[in-house]
Amino acid sequence: MDDSERPVLAVRNINKQYGQGCVNCRGAKGEGLLKNYCPVCGTVYACRDISFEVYAGEILGIVGESGSGKSTMMECLYFDQEVSSGEAYIASYKGGETNVFEESSQQKRYIRNHLMGKVYQNPLMSLKMNFSSIGNIAEKLISAGNRNVGQMKVRGEELLEHVNIPVYRMKEAPKNFSGGMQQRVQIAKALSNNPPLLLLDEVTTGLDLSVQASVLDLIKSIQRQLKISMIIVSHDLGVIRMLADRTLVMLDGQVIEQGLTDQILEDPQHGYTQKLVQSLL
Amino acid sequence: MKIEYNFAFFDEGSKREIRRATLKAIAIPGYQVPFASREMPIARGWGTGGLQLTLSLVGKEDILKVIDQGSDESVNAVNIKKLIALTTGIVVTDETTEATIIQSRHRIPETPLQEDQILVLQVPIPEPLRYYEPSEYETKKLHAEHEYSGAWLMLFEQIVNYGAMSTGADHPVMVHSRYVMAPSPIPRFDNPKLNQNKALILLGAGREKKVYAVPPYTKVASLDFADYPFRVETFQDKCCRLCGAKDVFLDELLNDITGEALYQCNDTSYCLQRMNGISKE
Repeated sequence: MDDSERPVLAVRNINKQYGQGCVNCRGAKGEGLLKNYCPVCGTVYACRDISFEVYAGEILGIVGESGSGKSTMMECLYFDQEVSSGEAYIASYKGGETNVFEESSQQKRYIRNHLMGKVYQNPLMSLKMNFSSIGNIAEKLISAGNRNVGQMKVRGEELLEHVNIPVYRMKEAPKNFSGGMQQRVQIAKALSNNPPLLLLDEVTTGLDLSVQASVLDLIKSIQRQLKISMIIVSHDLGVIRMLADRTLVMLDGQVIEQGLTDQILEDPQHGYTQKLVQSLL
Repeated sequence: MKIEYNFAFFDEGSKREIRRATLKAIAIPGYQVPFASREMPIARGWGTGGLQLTLSLVGKEDILKVIDQGSDESVNAVNIKKLIALTTGIVVTDETTEATIIQSRHRIPETPLQEDQILVLQVPIPEPLRYYEPSEYETKKLHAEHEYSGAWLMLFEQIVNYGAMSTGADHPVMVHSRYVMAPSPIPRFDNPKLNQNKALILLGAGREKKVYAVPPYTKVASLDFADYPFRVETFQDKCCRLCGAKDVFLDELLNDITGEALYQCNDTSYCLQRMNGISKE
């Protein structure tokens, strides 16, 4: 396959279950179940056979109701959690031939530090609230092997400027910042190594509308400038409509519909998607 | 009634357990080995880690020296010496060259150590990443995966805030190119003495229940950046007011009334030795 056609990230049959399973649900991966948990043994099937690809420069949106397994899937991709089974291939890692879930924890850390960036819904997850903002950005650069303070400061200031945080506040700790600013520091941190893939998990949830707009604008402009591939998880169809090229719809841990965003929003096929689109209006 | 203690206070089983932990620590330079820290007749934080190491090592032929902040005569040093001398009957000394076991807090003696000597350092916080990551479970993983960006990040923060690395003591070191280690609160001035030292250096943390070691002739490098190299404290144009020594760690004593600053060797036994030498000539 030509390298330019190869997807930046290819995910094959990710499963994530909490619990051992029982006769009622085991083997079927919960397919026979009504919801994503087994009423007999209480095992939760958070992700069930999720497969998709992300291509270079593309934004993939993932929508679904709360509890549908969106964030769990993202956490699995960023190695915050271990998958129960499944494969993922990253084009920039060993030519996209190796299943990254089977790599050692050191290698996973390498992938996280060099080839991915993640913005969490809760800034506490990725920022050290007692360290300075520029230190938070430097952390990612240091973990990628940079040992030059001058370079890291220049890069940090550049990034903070890029996300509209005044450079004179760079020594301040993110705990003194507003929610929107913390979110922007997170974005700057995630971008610091120019990763080929950015994971955004509910980045605008909990922010007021004007701040939401500014964060979304920022993401859009970054994508245009840097041509980074992104996965955006949201339960807000407005965010998906504005940003995503393609969209997956998730329900009870399964992908129930996928396609071009316009297509999904204009002509939803699955009953749940139809309800979701209607509720937007 | 006089209580009869076993030789060196501990029962033989306790000594063996501590020695086993010590052997493991020597086998893996810089790795923190957990051990069953005992209740001691001195308070936690007063050198129980060092004291337990010393007691487990001490034999009838040994000569002991105990230093507290460079001084042989401070309360802590005197009482530790008394305890060991009373329960073993061994000889204590102030001379660095005579001693076979040197227990120390906050300093490595100015006189270079020899191959037949053991330096025992008392450690309050053995985990160099503690300020960066409060969870022991997480820091163990970070050590295992050789992920030390947190240690450099702490130095980066100092440079951003103060323009230089400002660790007054306990500047983190990389041991044998593998483990980052807290060298106990010795001043930066003493860090270079750890590198390729002829003596065995053992570090014990009683409250935190950890033992770690730097075997003789081990490479120990202080963490720094390409554009901010590690530097020791300098006492330019200053010398000891008693013995005239230069290139040693000096204490600054301020005269309350005149505001005058006086400088004096921190290592009192070294100072005394020099003064005796000068008067003999």
